Formats: sequence, structure tokens, C-alpha cells
Amino acid sequence: MARHESTHTTTMLEATHVASDEARMNQQQSLLAATPKPLNATRALLRRIIITIVLAVLFLMPLYAWLADDIFMLTLFGRILVFALAALGLNIALGFGGMVSLGHALYIGLGAYSVGILSTLGMTDGWLHLFTAVAITSVVAIPIGWVALRTQGIAFIMITLAFAQLFYYVFVSLRQFGGDDGISLTNLSSFGVLTGDKYAIYISLSLVLAFVLWLVNRIVHARFGLVLRATCVNERRVNALGTRSMPYRLMAYMLSAQICALAGFFLANLTGFVSPAMMSWVVSGELIVMVLLGGLGTVFGPIIGAVAFLMLEEGLKMMTDHWPLIMGPFIVLVVVFLKNGLWGLLQDRKESPQGDGGNIK
Amino acid sequence: MNKPHTTITESTLMPNATGDTPMSSAHFATPQERSIKKPLLKVNGLVKHFGGLCVTDQVDLTIFKGDIHAVIGPNGAGKTTLINQIVGEIKPDTGHIYLGNEDVSHWSVARRARAGIGRSYQINSLIPHFTVLENVLLAAQAAAGHNFYFFKPATSVTHLVEQAQACLESVNLIAEQDRVAGALSYGQQRLIEIAMTLATRPTLLLLDEPTAGLGPTETERMVELLLRLQNQYATLLVEHDMGAVFALATQVSVLVYGKILMCDTPDAVRNSDVVREAYLGDEEFDA
Repeated sequence: MARHESTHTTTMLEATHVASDEARMNQQQSLLAATPKPLNATRALLRRIIITIVLAVLFLMPLYAWLADDIFMLTLFGRILVFALAALGLNIALGFGGMVSLGHALYIGLGAYSVGILSTLGMTDGWLHLFTAVAITSVVAIPIGWVALRTQGIAFIMITLAFAQLFYYVFVSLRQFGGDDGISLTNLSSFGVLTGDKYAIYISLSLVLAFVLWLVNRIVHARFGLVLRATCVNERRVNALGTRSMPYRLMAYMLSAQICALAGFFLANLTGFVSPAMMSWVVSGELIVMVLLGGLGTVFGPIIGAVAFLMLEEGLKMMTDHWPLIMGPFIVLVVVFLKNGLWGLLQDRKESPQGDGGNIK
Repeated sequence: MNKPHTTITESTLMPNATGDTPMSSAHFATPQERSIKKPLLKVNGLVKHFGGLCVTDQVDLTIFKGDIHAVIGPNGAGKTTLINQIVGEIKPDTGHIYLGNEDVSHWSVARRARAGIGRSYQINSLIPHFTVLENVLLAAQAAAGHNFYFFKPATSVTHLVEQAQACLESVNLIAEQDRVAGALSYGQQRLIEIAMTLATRPTLLLLDEPTAGLGPTETERMVELLLRLQNQYATLLVEHDMGAVFALATQVSVLVYGKILMCDTPDAVRNSDVVREAYLGDEEFDA
């Protein structure tokens, strides 16, 4: 719009023209741009405070449990950490990749059974358990993902559910490994002097959770994450730009499965018990609810979701036997009215009408 | 830019209000040149049926670098289907598509895109909740090989960001780079579409109605932009806005019921009675 070389009068004239033009054209933009910035700053601060508080409570729980000699709290919070970890994993596929997998409990189960079966067979080395959990999960997740990712929408949900149920019944039928009843572990994963120590398990679990949280945050903003989040919105466009979407989606599916396997590994050690119930579709459903509750496609949301879900469940169980009567409607209300879950409340209000990352196919 | 000796300066015909770019010296491939130069895109005997409907009927196209080849035709003539076949989203029944020397007929969409086919959509299809820069970055990194990088934030990969910013500069949207794409005006989003297409470093541009939904001023800007880009690419333009078509095109193909009725210079097409009857009716042109 630089027209400085014009004569004085015309410059004046044009200036007014240009100004009114620009004003008209920018009116809409400036209206949009005038979103409450200070509020966003407050939200950012609130987010930081809540992240600090939640992580501090989770990390300092062993200290409290040790001082108050309250192993129950440690176990309860251990369970919360396990599901927070699994929900973080599921969110990579569900929230950032738009893959609604109703079969992720399968990978928790595989992680847990890696511990259960190997320790029943007398192989108790913890690192071996850990390695097996991740390796077996990858071997299973890649072909399942490869098949399932050829479908979309409801078909994807059904196919992941079908595979999970298939493995569920396989493990139910494994009589030598407890069948329906599962395995009570006589030997937990062996890590020298730390073996079976509740505090050691809890602390290592919280460290793994912190690491995975950091990892997810890196991944979604990296080049890989950019592609993944784009496929979630418009896969066709990503392909037309020259990036074959399939390998990225498969990679995300596998990563999320591996993180769930880690959760399964810790769950087995935390409870000293492994059963097919861990991989039932109900668990898969609960994981999805945790992610939705916390905030789909947000980095920290799944942790909030898992904490809120399990605390609420425990709290309501203490009050009444009919706790699902309260829990159910609460979840429905959150999902209906908070499109981006609890964490979405604290997200920056972007100028986009679409909001951030709430797209599922 | 190596200017060929047959350059025709069109400065008198083309509006160039910004004045900050070197005047586009439109380069029309002359018949002699055509015989020497290899076409960038060659479509041979393309046929596609949807059930009993023949949407592409023996279509041949040849596009050289510097050409803007417009495809016009009534609604349902099969223009977008033609683009989708060149891009690879739809497989033709018979026929071949050559990009440069290579037969790309059986390549996947992504592979063709990496080989140089850049396409923009009739309907805006950017990622609405990404920022403008992220959108273009997505395109730039698609051209840069695989993207299995998990740690470094995409927005701090300097060489890609610079490429993306260069593309945004070419459509004059660099100032908006940090805004959420979905919040920009429709016209700006159309320009981001173009910037994304450019960021994939294509040799061939397939533009599906770039001026669709734009106001007159915005259309004018889009036409300017496409003229500025003309020499660097071979362009296939599907367009309904006849003003834009006749301002831009070096060649016009008229597609009716999947068949190319006529392929000639804009003037010949404008004055053709056959075309007028078959497609244009007694519509007036004001190009």
C-alpha cells in the first residue's frame, strides 16, 4: 500500500481512501484479535499453578504415606498414576491422532501379563519384564494398527474393540496362567533391593509419568506431532501435501500402545495381581472417559482426567453404593458442556471458532 | 530466471498495483519451443466412468512451464474430477499421466505431491486451529523428506520456518503468521492455501477455483499473485470467473461432459461459436 511518491493532495486523498479501506477490511480482524489477552494470561498462570499442585501432590504422596504410615493412600494414588499414564498414552492416538481406540486396555493387559507370565515361569528379572512388555506390545500393536487404520470412524472403534476382545478371551482361556481368575504374583519384577517395595514402585512410576508427560509435550510440537495433529483434522490434505499419513498414524498408535504397556507393567507390580479383567473393554471405555473428562488433545488433560475420575469414584464409593448414579450424569454433563474437558476450561481462548484439538473423525 | 528470447511483455495488459515486483513477463511457449521443450505435465487418453456416467472422456492435456492452462466448463463437466485424477485421489479407468519424463499414473497421492504436483482445493482445507505459520510449515516439511522427528519443536526448525515464511511473504500474509488460521478472513485463507501449495516446492500447480468465494478486490489480488508466479511453474487452472480466466490463461480448454470440446488460445476460445453454444450460451465476457 506504499504510495509515497504521489503528489501531496492525491496522497491525502488516497490516504483517507486507504485508511477507510483498511479500516473496513481490518474491522473484522481487529474484532477477532481483541480476544481477552489478560484473561489468557490469568489462565496460563492458573494452569501453571494447577500443574504444580497436581504434580506435587502426586510426587509427594510417598512422603505423606511414609510419615502417616498410610499404605492405602499410596496404593490408591499408585492406581491413579497408572491410569494417568495409560490415559496419557491413549491421548496420543485419541486426542492428537483422532483414532478412537476402544481397545487400549489390551495393551495394559499385555504389559501386566508380561510380568505375570514371565514371573510364573520363574523369570523374575525386572528389566526383562519391562523389555518384554514393550516389545510384545509393539509386535501386537503394529499389525493391529495396520489393519485398523485402514478403517475410519465407527469401523475403527469396532475393529480395535474386536481385537481387544479377541485377546481378552485368549487370556481367559489360558488355564496354566490362571485363566479367568488371573495370577496372584508370588514374585514381582526383580530390581535388586528395591524389589516389591511399594515406595520404590510408586516413585519409579511417578518418574516414568513425568518422563512420558515431557515426551508427549515434545512430540506434539515436533515435526511428527504437527503431521499427526494435521491428519486428525484433514488426512486428505496431508496426503496431497506429500506426506503419507499412514506411517505417522501407525507410529502414534504404537507409541500410545507402548505407554499403556508401561502402565500395565506398573499395575501388575503395584497390585501383585494380573487378570484378564485388566484388558476388558470396560477398562478401555474408562480410559476414553478419562481422556475426554480431562481434555481431548491437551497435553496435561489426561492426568487431570484420570485424577478426577478415580478420586470421584473413590469418594462416591465411600458415600454410597449407588455411586454410578452420580458418576454417570457428572461425566455426561462434563462431556456435553465442556467440549475440551476440564483442562479445556483453563486453555487459552483462541480467536478460532473451532477451539483447539477437539476434532475427532 | 532465464528469460527466453520469445518473451512477450504484457505490462500493458496486466494490472500490477503493488508495483514492487518485477513486471511479470508472461512467457508463452511458441510452437517452435513446444517441439523442443519437454512438457511438464502430459495427460494421455484419460477416461473415467462413475457407474454409467462418463466423467472424463479421452482427455489429453499438455502443459509447459510458464503456461497457465485454464480448464473451463459448466458445472458437472468433470473439472475437479480431472484434477483429482492428476493428483491421484481418483484412479482413472484408462489413460496415462506423465510428470516430466515419468509415468506417474500408478503413484500414490503423496508420492506425486513429492514429485512436484502441488494442488489447492476448491474449498478451503487448511488446518483451522493451527497458526498460519504452522499450516505452511506443515507443507514445507512435507517437501523436506520424512518427519519422524520427535523432540525439536517444528516452529524452531530454522530452515523450514524460513521457507514457510518466504511463501507467506509471497502471498503478503507474513504479518498474520502467528494468528490462528481459522480466524482469518475467507480470502486470506484462500491465499494461505496457495502459500501451502507453494511451500511443497511444486513444479506443477493445480489450482481448483482459487477465486471461488472471493470478492472483486480479493479476486484481483489473487490474479496478480498468480501472474507473478506464472513463470516459475506450469499451472492448470480450473476457474469459473471468466474475468480471471481471460486475464490469466495462456491456453484454455473447454470441458463439457468430460470431453475436451476445444483447446486453444483464450482469444480463439472466446470467439468460438461452438464454445459459445455448448457452454457459454449468450453470456457476455468482460475480460
